Amino acid sequence: MAKDEFKEFKLVGTRPDRPDGLDKVTGRARYGADISAPGMLWAAVLRSPHAHARIVKIDTSKAEALSGVKAVITRADFPTGLTGEDWNLQENTMAGERALYDGHAVAAVAATSKLRAEEAVRLIEVEYEVLPHVIDVDDAIKPDAPVIREGAADATVPEGMPPNVVRYMEFGRGDVEAGFAEADLVMEKTYKTEATHQGYIEPHACMGQLGADGKGEMWVCTQGQWFIRKMCTAVLGLETAQLRVTPSEIGGGFGGKTTIFMEPLSLALSKKAGGKPVKLVMSRSEVLRATGPTASASMDVKIGMKKDGTITGARAEFRMQGGAFPGSPVDMALYCAFAPYKLKNVEHVGYDVLANRPKCAAYRAPGSPMGAFAVESLLDEMCRELDVDPLDMRLKNAVREGDTASYGPKYGSIGLVETLEATKAHPNLSIPLGPNQGRGIAAGYWFNHNGETSVSMAISEDGTAQVSVGTPDIGGSRASIALMTAETLGIPYEDVRVNVVETGALGVNEPTHGSRATFASGKAAVIAAGHAITEMCKRAANEWGIDPEAVEWVDGAAQPAGDNAGKFPPMSIAEIAGKMGSTGGPISGHHESVPEGVGASFGCHVVDVEVDPETGRTTILRYLVVQDAGRAIHPAYVEGQYQGGAAQGIGWALNEAYIYGDDGRLQNTVFLDYRVPVASDLPMIDTVIVEVPNPGHPYGVRGVGETGITPPLPAIANAIQEATGARLCELPMSPPKVLAAIKAKGG
Amino acid sequence: MSKVHVTTSVNGDEVEFLADPRETLLDCLRDHVGLTGSKEGCGTGDCGACSVTLDGTLVCSCLVLGVEADGKRVETIEGMADGTVLHPLQRKFIEHAALQCGFCTPGILVAAKKLLETNPNPTEEEVRYWLAGNLCRCTGYDKIIRAVMDAAAELRQEAA
Repeated sequence: MAKDEFKEFKLVGTRPDRPDGLDKVTGRARYGADISAPGMLWAAVLRSPHAHARIVKIDTSKAEALSGVKAVITRADFPTGLTGEDWNLQENTMAGERALYDGHAVAAVAATSKLRAEEAVRLIEVEYEVLPHVIDVDDAIKPDAPVIREGAADATVPEGMPPNVVRYMEFGRGDVEAGFAEADLVMEKTYKTEATHQGYIEPHACMGQLGADGKGEMWVCTQGQWFIRKMCTAVLGLETAQLRVTPSEIGGGFGGKTTIFMEPLSLALSKKAGGKPVKLVMSRSEVLRATGPTASASMDVKIGMKKDGTITGARAEFRMQGGAFPGSPVDMALYCAFAPYKLKNVEHVGYDVLANRPKCAAYRAPGSPMGAFAVESLLDEMCRELDVDPLDMRLKNAVREGDTASYGPKYGSIGLVETLEATKAHPNLSIPLGPNQGRGIAAGYWFNHNGETSVSMAISEDGTAQVSVGTPDIGGSRASIALMTAETLGIPYEDVRVNVVETGALGVNEPTHGSRATFASGKAAVIAAGHAITEMCKRAANEWGIDPEAVEWVDGAAQPAGDNAGKFPPMSIAEIAGKMGSTGGPISGHHESVPEGVGASFGCHVVDVEVDPETGRTTILRYLVVQDAGRAIHPAYVEGQYQGGAAQGIGWALNEAYIYGDDGRLQNTVFLDYRVPVASDLPMIDTVIVEVPNPGHPYGVRGVGETGITPPLPAIANAIQEATGARLCELPMSPPKVLAAIKAKGG
Repeated sequence: MSKVHVTTSVNGDEVEFLADPRETLLDCLRDHVGLTGSKEGCGTGDCGACSVTLDGTLVCSCLVLGVEADGKRVETIEGMADGTVLHPLQRKFIEHAALQCGFCTPGILVAAKKLLETNPNPTEEEVRYWLAGNLCRCTGYDKIIRAVMDAAAELRQEAA
């Protein structure tokens, strides 16, 4: 669909109440820990107190002897012989020969009560031989660093690299050295970001049941029930289709609930306990110690710029650790780092490095915020040096439709220029600033993932519709999918019920990740509704005795397409549905594919800060998010994504970090110490939804969920420089660090 | 450890349960009384997802022992609506899209209700500081604050 073909819609773009709102304001909605079953046992997990240790011996006899204990498992209860990512997942679920990080699971218990299970865990005796550990990415990449695992490197790693480098990449185009030679100013700096946690308020929770026949059930809070099914069955050596996984309501995920952590433990315990259901709920400290934080990064960036702001060459070398397993998002960080800019000469180098930390998981635009922190910070400094307006510089170099992205492919329809222009026009930019205040600007990028998608919809006997989707609703996707389905069918929004269904009900669906739910499940629902419309037109045509091709669907009813087709009054969806039993049976629609036509989303943030020169504390005075949504199906939830992403980015920029002691243990394992932004830390977050429709989606949708976390890191660093004259190149920009930076520049 | 018989009032109903003296009020509400609307996000009193009132005082039910509820009145999210009629805060949260995942919502609603009973006309800053003990990771708080302010205005109008 071309941009100018977009018409006004009746429902798309409105803000109705979300279908699951009532359940969620009354406490009725059932999350991971909210379900119980007859005969249910409770599980608890024993975790390593060491960052790196050989497990010499585990004695579970005292735990097993405790009354009420029904099963105790260690790695010996898991199948052997797994390889690749299956082995990584199994090893992360339960330590084998060595504990690889503080918090790594070592044994687990199922008992008749939670307290009894916790008691039993304390009776398990583990003999450890403590080994040298490494936490920081720059330490881990040294040639003489403690080796996390021999043979973990893949084929991309050239001979002679340090032992903890497990993936290596380099890509680019043009001649960067020639680009730097062309520049009036070349700058190069090193930046570091610390690991942060997704910080969803709901800890991981599940209830698993597995019989000796290999058939199982699981209730779990997850972003993707099929991923849970695939990963659990791989780790336990089961047939995939024998495990049925039902997603609970989900209390936040942000990428962290796209994989498994303790879910296989509940199944293994259940099997050992004779098939009784086993409930396993993590504590907050288990969440912080043993579930996916994001990677930490150390990054060198070099950029050449002409006096007029034109970027002539750019080079990035990123080193990231993603814990004791391969998989840090260094590739994504590099793809996104220069994505907003049109570059002839660009070079990227990346190292994926192991360290004694928990296995990283996706976190909202994985990798992109780190890369943006480095690149957008350096660009800002260069603009100051050359006295170029930072928005004009970005507009001058902005990518447009048809340009080749820094990471290779050609951009389709994108809305970066429109986003930057909307930013420039916003009244926040003309608000005068006071002493110790500064304004910072940064751009950001994230893709829009498609992924395996399967959706079914069915017309009910009264002409209402149900849609079955496989993507859990984390932030209002039931509402957006209902709006698009109702718009397509021409029926009221309230007449559509969207159900998030279990693995037995649809073909494979990827999780709600990659900003894909409204794009992919939405597109599939619209296509499925189209199939139902075709069938309903056929039913009407049969009754009227005319050619189905001569029937069109208008405002929720079949009608003859023009006078030549015949003269019949419109036949409503309710009328057609009411007699479907006698006109050919059920009417439904189905679509499954890896939907083409993803639409990436650019954003630009503007932040005003005030820095207290006495304490170094940064206060956010004003915050503006401008981002391209393609088309906002339910604008309130699009704004919500923008605001939530910005808040997480603000936390990452100013407060949040994994803090390790010299012993390699995580020191901030509760929310008091791992401090996420609270209501009194933030102002209202202004939003502008730019709409450059994505031609690859029937209603123009782009993925909007992730871009918003990317610009805050550099935007705040840029604002702090304007407020204080000090440039912070390491996160978090906590008061002591800001104060030290102010003092170092003699302020 | 032998269990203790606890008699309490939950949302106006007399309730009895047997509590292990180590169990929190949150555990007792969720596992013995069957009210799972109050959530555990941290277990250390930092996130506020388990907020309830105990004899009218706003508490984190993860920091109160179940046995402490004996002879007291507990109010939870499940008692907030008047039958089928939502409390204005609940209605405004839906209208303003003030929830995304909804996990922190019960605790925030209970805390906000207590705020409006204490201070019917709070400033934005007062709402932000009152709710500083209730973490939300999804929304950036913007729409939550607007919903609370709007509900406060409606309640003032009703009272006038």
